[in-house]
Amino acid sequence: MRGSTKSFLAVIAVGALALTGCSAEGGDGADANTLRIIYQKAGDVSPLDTLMQTTKEQFEAANEGVTVELEPVEGTDEDYNTRLALSQRSPDTAPDVFYEDTFRLRSDVDAGYLLPLDEYLSGWEDWSSFNDAAKEAGKADDGGTYAVPLGTDTRVIWYNKTVLEEAGVEVPWAPETWEDILEMARSVKDSQPDSVPFSMYAGTGTGEGTVMQSFYELLYGTGSGGLYDEEQQKWIAASQGFVDSLTFLQTLYQEELAVTPAEALDPNVWQTVVGTLLPENSMGGTVEGSYAPSFWQEGGQFEWAEYGEVMGVAPFPTQNGQEPGAVSMSGGWTLAVGAGTENPDLAFEFLTMAMGQENLLEYTVDNSQIAVRTDIAEDPSYLEANPFIEDVSAVLDVTNYRPATAEYAEISTAVQEATEAVIAGDTSPADAAATYDDTLRSIVGDENVVEE
Amino acid sequence: MTSRGPESSEGGPGRGANRQERERNGRLSRSRGSALRLLPLAPAIILIGVFLVGPIAWSFYGSFTNAALTGANAQNPEWIGFDNYLNLFSDPLFPQSLLLTVVFVLVSAVIGQNFLGLGLALLMQQAHKTVAAVVGTCVVAAWVLPEIVAAFVAYAFFFRDGTLNQLTGFAGLPAVDWLFEQPMLAIILANIWRGTAFSMMVYQAALNDVPREITEAAEIDGAGGVKRLVFVTVPMIRRSIATNLMLITLQTLAVFTLIYVMTAGGPTNRSTTLPIMAYEEAFRYSDIGYGTAIAVVMLIIGAAFSLAYIRLLRERKEP
Repeated sequence: MRGSTKSFLAVIAVGALALTGCSAEGGDGADANTLRIIYQKAGDVSPLDTLMQTTKEQFEAANEGVTVELEPVEGTDEDYNTRLALSQRSPDTAPDVFYEDTFRLRSDVDAGYLLPLDEYLSGWEDWSSFNDAAKEAGKADDGGTYAVPLGTDTRVIWYNKTVLEEAGVEVPWAPETWEDILEMARSVKDSQPDSVPFSMYAGTGTGEGTVMQSFYELLYGTGSGGLYDEEQQKWIAASQGFVDSLTFLQTLYQEELAVTPAEALDPNVWQTVVGTLLPENSMGGTVEGSYAPSFWQEGGQFEWAEYGEVMGVAPFPTQNGQEPGAVSMSGGWTLAVGAGTENPDLAFEFLTMAMGQENLLEYTVDNSQIAVRTDIAEDPSYLEANPFIEDVSAVLDVTNYRPATAEYAEISTAVQEATEAVIAGDTSPADAAATYDDTLRSIVGDENVVEE
Repeated sequence: MTSRGPESSEGGPGRGANRQERERNGRLSRSRGSALRLLPLAPAIILIGVFLVGPIAWSFYGSFTNAALTGANAQNPEWIGFDNYLNLFSDPLFPQSLLLTVVFVLVSAVIGQNFLGLGLALLMQQAHKTVAAVVGTCVVAAWVLPEIVAAFVAYAFFFRDGTLNQLTGFAGLPAVDWLFEQPMLAIILANIWRGTAFSMMVYQAALNDVPREITEAAEIDGAGGVKRLVFVTVPMIRRSIATNLMLITLQTLAVFTLIYVMTAGGPTNRSTTLPIMAYEEAFRYSDIGYGTAIAVVMLIIGAAFSLAYIRLLRERKEP
């Protein structure tokens, strides 16, 4: 009898050890001498990973006894955001420093995940070399700064000069209206029936790419108010611009000027576009981020030595050439400090070390980012990094930002579904827009919607 | 004999008294020890409590709140009563997902895996040893693969430029983009391919227990193959059928990886079953409360199926 009690106690003890063992493992991050860094690692070649590795080395050399634990998350932006949000739900797993998408910033501040940085920033001399627009990106609704931007980006048309010239289109090509784009695409189709004349992302497969590198360039160039009325703080429904944008996408896909609808729904279609179609001269053009050269330059995912001569860029035109003549979208990523960090001073120091001129310069160049520090923007190695820096920076004047509210992700999906419905060919743009309006109302409620 | 008689008659009651005493003692120690006897179960009960009942209770609770992954609701989730359920029942995606889930379960598990598994098990009983071994290995291979690997294999098979289209291409047939044009058919076929081995093995074991003499007797009475199957074999393996149906139904109801890798619920939600919908709501749109409400509905559906099968099991046991 005693023996069985003993063995029972032993079992309980082992069980308890196992349970506490689990939590102790997660609790390492709370150690004052350990910093946990969570960031995204997309693909084999990751400039961000290099930046973090370099900073870790420098930081550990400068702070003896402090260990930096790097936790790269491999996956898409959406997967990364989910993983990050899940880790932030418990103080045991919340990171000390993390990579944060600007459009998630405000809603994550509302959730109480981010440490306000104002008092730390005031004592950091480098902060004055960040440009004002970039500083704005780290601000939340309360006016406080919660994150430091790593870089920003824009979206432009990337076109293949060889393909356009063969179709008799004059280069440099600078479309002034949507019609100009269709005209170019149709002449490419006539001269090179096997190539893809002009593709724009659509559908839920490409996720944010569908809206950032395609639909919003259309919507924000129609003269409509876009997605969200910042002044009234209401979402916009019944917009003619929305219908027109869908119609344009439908035309591209129905006239077979773009990739096939099935290809468009493949989440990896961008790799086909950037890695195969454009380098092999089988695509006229597409809308992509200012960071496209990072794929083609030496050490990139799809090295292409001649991209500087073959590719050209043009700002995306407004619908009928109306003011301001061109349109672009910007996003960008930041570094932030976890609200529950045991050692905010060390965490902030790590952040500033990563953001130092030399480290950030290397990252900006490798990742083809648009510089956020003025001393990087003037650096010759930045200006010479790729031949398009000037062109893609110029559209910062006409760029737009996503409404960064907590509901945005769901609304973005509703937009992507509308594009998917029209390119699949079975829904009219007006019907798809009406479905979007209904979904919008059910997400944010009637009181937060304004009709245009 | 005579001298042993009284001894034995004396010994009888004595042994009887002993037995009674032992029984009494036993009963005593059983009642005293019943708590202790349950003790070895404690770790299992604690583990089930922590890892099964706990999460279920939490998701039940969560489904009545507006808990979120981000935004103000992440910090202070509020009790919102039945709002999540009301929203769910008015969500146009919900009836569609429910229907797709039921179709997926019925066609791929109850019909596909079940009948194919039974058919294979019956054929393999008659088949030559080598044939049975080769077929068995092929079928079981899909079951042995980890789900994520099986999902990639299925993706590569049905993909636009995948194996299936290359094969039909050789035959001169036009290529069909299965994952785009027939997403439900693709995931159903993939699930049948992956899960049939389980049913086949269950039925192989059950058929081995059917005594040869009975089938032979039926044969002598003039029952043909189909009659023997329907009136002899099936009634004798009824319990295995019910158990198998219950297991594969619950398994198929919960299939996530296979669908997520192959179609991610698309295009335009045409293959969004309830697990995919719950995942999207909770983790992509950060609406944990709504996601858990869908999970609770799934639990109820699973429970309903289980109850139906358990009843089936009972009724068939004592006709």
